[in-house]
Amino acid sequence: MLMINSPAELEACRKDILSKRDPKKPCITLCSGSACHATGSEKVARAIELEVKNHGLDVEVDIRRTGCHGFCEKGPIVVIYPEGICYLKVQPEDVCEIISHTFKEKKIVERLLYCDPNTGEKATFEHDIPFYKNQERLVLGLNRKIDPKSFEDYMAVGGYQALSKALFEMTPEEVIGEVKGANLRGRGGAGFPSGLKWEMARNAPGDVKYVIVNCDEGDPGAYMDRSLMEGNPFAVLEGLMIGAYAIGAREGYVYVRQEYPLAVSNLAEAMKQATRHGLLGKNILGSGFDFTVKVHCGAGAFICGEETSLLMSLEGKAGEPNPRPPFPATKGLWGKPTNINNVETWANIPLVINKGAAAFSALGTEVSKGTKIFSLVGKVNNTGLVEVPMGIPLRDIIYKIGGGVPGGKKFKAVQTGGPSGGCIPEALLDIKVDFEELTKAGAMMGSGGMIVMDEDTCMVDISRYFLEFLSDESCGKCTPCREGIRRMLRILTDMTTGKGKEGDLELLEELAETTKGASLCALGKGSPNPVLSTMHYFREEYEAHIVHKRCPSLSCKELINYVIDPEKCKACGSCFRQCPAEAIHGGKKMIHEVIQEKCTKCGTCLEACPARFGAVKKISGEPVPAPLSEAQRTMA
Amino acid sequence: MDIGRIDQVIDKHDGEASSLIQILLEIQSENHWLPKEALDRVSERLQVPMSRIQHITTFYKAFSQVPKGRHEIHVCVGTACHVRGAQRVLEALEDATGLKPGETDVELKFSLETVNCLGCCALGPVMVVDGEYHGNVAPAKSAEVLKNYE
Ligand SMILES: Cc1cc2nc3c(=O)[nH]c(=O)nc-3n(C[C@H](O)[C@H](O)[C@H](O)COP(=O)(O)O)c2cc1C
Ligand code: FES
Repeated sequence: MLMINSPAELEACRKDILSKRDPKKPCITLCSGSACHATGSEKVARAIELEVKNHGLDVEVDIRRTGCHGFCEKGPIVVIYPEGICYLKVQPEDVCEIISHTFKEKKIVERLLYCDPNTGEKATFEHDIPFYKNQERLVLGLNRKIDPKSFEDYMAVGGYQALSKALFEMTPEEVIGEVKGANLRGRGGAGFPSGLKWEMARNAPGDVKYVIVNCDEGDPGAYMDRSLMEGNPFAVLEGLMIGAYAIGAREGYVYVRQEYPLAVSNLAEAMKQATRHGLLGKNILGSGFDFTVKVHCGAGAFICGEETSLLMSLEGKAGEPNPRPPFPATKGLWGKPTNINNVETWANIPLVINKGAAAFSALGTEVSKGTKIFSLVGKVNNTGLVEVPMGIPLRDIIYKIGGGVPGGKKFKAVQTGGPSGGCIPEALLDIKVDFEELTKAGAMMGSGGMIVMDEDTCMVDISRYFLEFLSDESCGKCTPCREGIRRMLRILTDMTTGKGKEGDLELLEELAETTKGASLCALGKGSPNPVLSTMHYFREEYEAHIVHKRCPSLSCKELINYVIDPEKCKACGSCFRQCPAEAIHGGKKMIHEVIQEKCTKCGTCLEACPARFGAVKKISGEPVPAPLSEAQRTMA
Repeated sequence: MDIGRIDQVIDKHDGEASSLIQILLEIQSENHWLPKEALDRVSERLQVPMSRIQHITTFYKAFSQVPKGRHEIHVCVGTACHVRGAQRVLEALEDATGLKPGETDVELKFSLETVNCLGCCALGPVMVVDGEYHGNVAPAKSAEVLKNYE
């Protein structure tokens, strides 16, 4: 069936697709998001196709390339249906065994199963793996069931039901009422109630209106928008169309950052197929509603994620922000009423319409409803995307789902909210994660980046890092942001290089206040947050840098030295051979020494030294021991 | 890149001035940089003043007005990669290529760039060479990767 012209035809088409599918038929799925490309999923895919053919199974077994499952640390992930056997970190050489064992002999390949790092217990199925078990994957969950480039797959999981319901059973006002009732808040940053925003755009005078998907995802460390756009573009489009209908728009734009080529191509393919089936274009499902979408690529500017800058960029100009009001809802793209939402926000819309406001808002806290996808990354065992109900304790995300900090290191902080967010210390890990609680803790929800830091991460360096990022990305239009960030950055750079002075902290606080108050857009206004939150919770680290020229995390290069413990050195020569700067004084049966004048502090020696000796160490804020004499260096 | 090809790109976007950024992105991605002749042509065909084109090409990081190497190295210095040691990876690559971020060597072999996040944060540190992703790269391994490129 090509064109689908009515809700009845939509359901007939779905029935037809489902009737041709046997849920008991073996199917082998492989995740194929960007991250898995990095871990070799392309080669695994080819190996699977080849093996399946070689075993003459092409008719009996389906192969499906899905989007990102979220457990990127363990990718590429192969799931075998109908059983749901989950194999992790699959490499091309494993494929032969998977096919012959699991398909032919119905046996499990034990070594590819999830293995609990603490108990050593294996888990055969996805739902037994702690990473997945503690999630509520209402939005992200579909990613693993469908091929993002298959209209039929999307139909098979209930695609376009929400659109059909909205177009035929609801007035635009009722759609807005449902979104308001669900209390859905924007997932892109500020958490503004989406229904209210839609209503403003609907009520704004004008015939021509626009809807926009913000997939600029500039927050470094967050990638849920990429995964949704790559893994389930149909759902984002469906949400967008429902919004367009509610607001009275006939045209939409998707603004994707150019660093996401796979998202762009999967989206383009989804649009092509939707158009072919009449689910984009004129008179959709025979409802009289017309809708078309254009894709616009960003060109590498963080500020373009901010909505007024995004609009400038869409118009083909430099993405400099404009003061609000006027809000885009009244005066947006080409001066017309425009509604901009984040990718994840749009992806929630079909859910809201299908489930209804009451069911949707059953999950979550008083002020934050539904689920939120976080990108749990940094110093945590199970890195990946996690979708959890709003209100879950932060500790559960990091420990129950994330499996804690690797390598026996101590947790120090978790950074949320990106460059305008803040760092949350251990003492606050029991807070419930929602918009208000995170803000109260001095951080924010932002787009959902959650970067875990351990004892080796220096908090002064982190705040310097964010300011460096922001000074690079500040568009320079307003002085408080441009100069404020630059001056704060200079002070922090001084601190991390041993040039901090008394009074710096007070000066930083003063600059932070000014920049916060006087900047034009939220980039500048939020820029002091990482500084203020780390100064609040980790003031002693700042003081150590300023007063004692010591980096307690042994991370700031200018403040540390590498030294070799003469008691522990076994003269194995590892560090000597690997040092790229020839800064090791070696010799057979001679205690090795770091030549401080030559040392570039690259850390190679520390890694080269066998763990059983552990002779190389970093020191900070204490004098380097005097070089040994030849006699002292000679081993007995 | 010849004028004919540039015209094709412009025609694909119906010669719309509002598509300026998209047109420049396509030229950049095909040619790896934006030669003056190309910009002149775009300015002429879209009837957009050169000053605006210059503003755009300097505002957005994706554009380069100098030739790039045959192989483009992108090192992620996003937050997730930063806390996992991206700085050391960058330094190793600087050593191996003799380049600082933003530079291209005289033989036009490599260009070294930093990016703020590639969306593969779970695998940090991440580097990309000519569109091929490498995750969890240690400093020594990152320099090793370059040996595969001529
Ligand atoms: C500096 C800055 C960067 C932003 N980057 C993004 C982004 O990458 N993606 C996004 O969806 N929103 C971003 N926002 C928020 C947008 O301005 C806007 O509020 C959001 O797209 C609205 O969608 P929502 O209501 O669905 O969250 C950014 C805001 C600022 C100030
Ligand atoms: S922070 Fe490096 S890929 Fe996201």
